[in-house]
Amino acid sequence: MKGDKHTPGHSRSRMEQWRKEIRPIASEIRYSLYLIRMHPLALAGMAIILGLTAVAILAQWVTPYDPLSVALSEKLLPPSLEHIFGTDDLGRDIFSRVIAGSRISLRVAITVVAFAFTLGTTLGVIAGFYGGATDEVIMRTTDTFLSIPSLVLALVIAAALGPSLYNLMLSICVTWWPWYTRLVRGETLSVREKQYTESARMVGVSDFRLLFRHILPNCLAPVIVNASMDMGFVILTAAGLSFIGLGAQPPMPEWGAMLSLGRGYLREAWWVATFPGLAILVTVLGFNLLGDGLRDILDPRLRR
Amino acid sequence: MVPVLFGVTIITFIISHLVPGDPARLVAGPHAPLEVVLAVRTKMGLDKPLYEQFFIYLNDLLHGDLGTSITTRRAVLADLMRFFPATFELTLSAMVLSIVVGIPLGVASATRQNTLPDHLSRIFALAGVATPVFWSGLMVLLVFYYDLGVLPGPGRIDIGIVSPPQITGLYVVDSILTGNLAALGSSLGHLILPTVVLAFSTLGTIVRMVRSSMLEVLREDYVVMAKAKGLPERDVVYKHALKNALTATITLVGLIFGALLSGAVLVEAIFSWPGVGRYAVNAIEYVDFAAVMGYTLIVTLIYITVNLGVDVFYALLDPRVRLE
Repeated sequence: MKGDKHTPGHSRSRMEQWRKEIRPIASEIRYSLYLIRMHPLALAGMAIILGLTAVAILAQWVTPYDPLSVALSEKLLPPSLEHIFGTDDLGRDIFSRVIAGSRISLRVAITVVAFAFTLGTTLGVIAGFYGGATDEVIMRTTDTFLSIPSLVLALVIAAALGPSLYNLMLSICVTWWPWYTRLVRGETLSVREKQYTESARMVGVSDFRLLFRHILPNCLAPVIVNASMDMGFVILTAAGLSFIGLGAQPPMPEWGAMLSLGRGYLREAWWVATFPGLAILVTVLGFNLLGDGLRDILDPRLRR
Repeated sequence: MVPVLFGVTIITFIISHLVPGDPARLVAGPHAPLEVVLAVRTKMGLDKPLYEQFFIYLNDLLHGDLGTSITTRRAVLADLMRFFPATFELTLSAMVLSIVVGIPLGVASATRQNTLPDHLSRIFALAGVATPVFWSGLMVLLVFYYDLGVLPGPGRIDIGIVSPPQITGLYVVDSILTGNLAALGSSLGHLILPTVVLAFSTLGTIVRMVRSSMLEVLREDYVVMAKAKGLPERDVVYKHALKNALTATITLVGLIFGALLSGAVLVEAIFSWPGVGRYAVNAIEYVDFAAVMGYTLIVTLIYITVNLGVDVFYALLDPRVRLE
């Protein structure tokens, strides 16, 4: 018998069952919030990320100047009350450009991590669940991608496609998913042997449902930790590639590209390179602190 | 290893076909007449079916032919061999530095779990992972070279000093071998900033790993036993616990080496360090594709070899691990 068939009356009992199910989850969430409060560093990370997200969303309203407007009469001004981060070689306000840059960085990070997460997780759970030839094909492909250092692979793909922000995202996507595949496959192998998986299978749950409702959710804790940290590392990689001219093109206010511009004025105008770099540092640190805290919070061995 | 390498060549082959535009036109030059472009196309085998092109490509690779760089007009392999020692010197010294600093920091963190030193070393390690090398590189150049003038800046050696004759290609080693003290001092000085910048970026990974495996090992029965016997804390930590915690850390060395090779691309660009990373960045600027692909293949080959070496070494250290 195939599972998942609804008989009348079944749905009501399911509703009740759902209520019963949600109760421990709710207390679990409350406990998680308590744990977060106990981790000052994770809290700091969360504050940074929330602040960054707010700034990125509100960028149009919180930038004191137009990040693209050129004012040659005000070029290379040191930080002052009018321009708290100073101005660049075209008289653009660096503070406004750093804020506008947060949008670009977050967009790149979300796109890449979402893509890598979806593709990598799906392939990983399939490889781990079915084993055999499927596993072999998926994992050999994964190993091949992982055998090229990721920045180098992204670099060469971006170079082949030509410099643009879109191509940059594409090239990082291609290099990023295999980590998720490997991670999720390992988790799947252990979850597959658990008793609840066995029970679900005996009840006759379909493969699809077994994979995505029973196995996958139980593999996700380490993946979420990884994804949180990866948001930071993707931003770092993207900025690095933009720094060597492979990503966002001028006049786009991308942090790596801004740093690259500031390199030329390092001696006479230190602020042009300094502030975009600090923005990258703080952002990546925020995601790392958050990921580190999440690891402690989600790890069931540390929970009780 | 062979199937992975074969897979890598498939990936690089596909990538080299992603390049927009006509590769024959790129080689022949923008003003070449059509007949020349067609001749180049036939010569490069671009008129053949894809699978045939792939076998030609593979055959060339197996003969060590990575093509000719259009900027340096030399064989890519020869170019890479010339620039690689500089990269090797930089990554190796960064590796040594991050291990030498990272292990004690990790141990200190684990033995003083959740105290101030632990928090400080974790924050220091996290900051290292989060700092973009292309930013910290610029900042240390600005402070220690331009402003304070206490450390040498870009390049491998001072301009006035003749570089040592190439024996190993590592300036520091070569100047020691030839007894050239001036070159030794200068090349060591030039190594400091790029090494510190690069090592700082991988330090965090080592600290984190050493800390967590030390914490695990310190809970083991034999550590409790050693303490109960009345052995001094130092001996328990460094002789009993650390040895076993390190075997797990060794698996990281391969990964860290990959990160260092990647990071070297940016650090070399900033410090005008004449290694393969800067070579690749220059090649990208001039759309010199043979050079970029050659760089990718060589770096990957080195990375795979190092990881294989790490696996073998790990199996030797840990008798429970058996190589298949």
